Amino acid sequence: MTKLIIIMLSAVFVNNYVLSRFLGICPFLGVSKKLNQAVGMSVAVIFVMLLATAATYPVQMYLLNPNNLGYLQTIVFILVIATLVQLVEIVLKRYIPSLHKSLGVYLPLITTNCAVLGVTILNITEGYTFAEAMVNSLGSGLGFFLAMVMFSGVRSRLEGADIPKAFQGLPITLVAASITSLSFLGFSGVVENLFA
Amino acid sequence: MNQKQNFLKGILKENPVLVLVLGTCPTLAVSTSVMSALGMGAAASIVLLCSNIVISALRNVIPDKVRIPCYIVLIAGFVTMVQMLVKAFAPSLDEALGIYLPLIVVNCIILGRAEMFANKNNILSSAIDAIGMGIGFTLALVLMATFREVLGNGTWLGIKIPVLSDNPIAIMTMAPGGFLVFGILMAVVAKLTGGKSSKKSFGCAGCPSAKVCGKTDCEQKEEAK
Repeated sequence: MTKLIIIMLSAVFVNNYVLSRFLGICPFLGVSKKLNQAVGMSVAVIFVMLLATAATYPVQMYLLNPNNLGYLQTIVFILVIATLVQLVEIVLKRYIPSLHKSLGVYLPLITTNCAVLGVTILNITEGYTFAEAMVNSLGSGLGFFLAMVMFSGVRSRLEGADIPKAFQGLPITLVAASITSLSFLGFSGVVENLFA
Repeated sequence: MNQKQNFLKGILKENPVLVLVLGTCPTLAVSTSVMSALGMGAAASIVLLCSNIVISALRNVIPDKVRIPCYIVLIAGFVTMVQMLVKAFAPSLDEALGIYLPLIVVNCIILGRAEMFANKNNILSSAIDAIGMGIGFTLALVLMATFREVLGNGTWLGIKIPVLSDNPIAIMTMAPGGFLVFGILMAVVAKLTGGKSSKKSFGCAGCPSAKVCGKTDCEQKEEAK
């Protein structure tokens, strides 16, 4: 149980996907301008990360590993994720139209989001059990959510600021991201010592 | 556009990283040292070259509606090949790149070039475009890695630099340094090009985030024109 909590906390704070592992930077920079968009995108990412892990973990353990097909991991995972996202979209559209309306636009672009493929591959390379893998995915998703929501606040402050012309747009956003990520560095070492 | 321009545009005018802002994740992640930047650049360039050639050759065969899944499968195939080669012949590079090597699959540069260039042009132009873009990507990575490794570690490609190696600014090799160097480099590029980026004419359609992102950055630029 302690191990699960450690995995969870380190995924959210210490190894934050966006701010320290640089995965999912495109949505982080592209969709973080408005709070509601940031929340919609993050919820969709959490959802797809959990589903993707639940689908790819058994595929790796019971299909690829016993048949010595480990090298097909990349192709198989991206295909499984792409199909899964497509399927989820169809199911949502048919049965829960309200949810589809709020998450629908974000779903297709998550297929090629490196955070989702990244978490499924990392779960395998880290040698997690199924429960640990699911907790890690949830934690990574929550970490993504935290970074997105925090950063959308930072960006709304930037809107009114007087910025040199060359820095307007993405450059100042990246500098702001740098400072946000600096604040997350403070968490390194905390989680391990918490339970030591 | 003649072939020389076609080749050169990837290096300067349409540099995939600094002007078009594609493939930011690997750029930030592997630019901690010049060696891994070179490795990443080479690996991505090989995948880009192969995928551009094959997609260009198959451009009349692949049905329009399912083209994106087809491209992804093709790209994933080439990435797997590169992954196996790197594992076999350069295990230390494999260690340095880690998760980012398989993640070349979802690198926007490769899918973006397939969508924007290779499926409209012949094999020769696509190959030249891929080589230009690959070199542009590698150069941008090496440039970033140079700043980060020299300041953060006091070395360049492993060679020690006298004064700096005694006083390394460790933060530059960590995550915040990546964002900072990238932001400043982009500001310099914006200053040099006078803020006239050709992003709209190229970048957005190839990026899967365009639907959502387009509402924020690209369309505003378009409206401003």
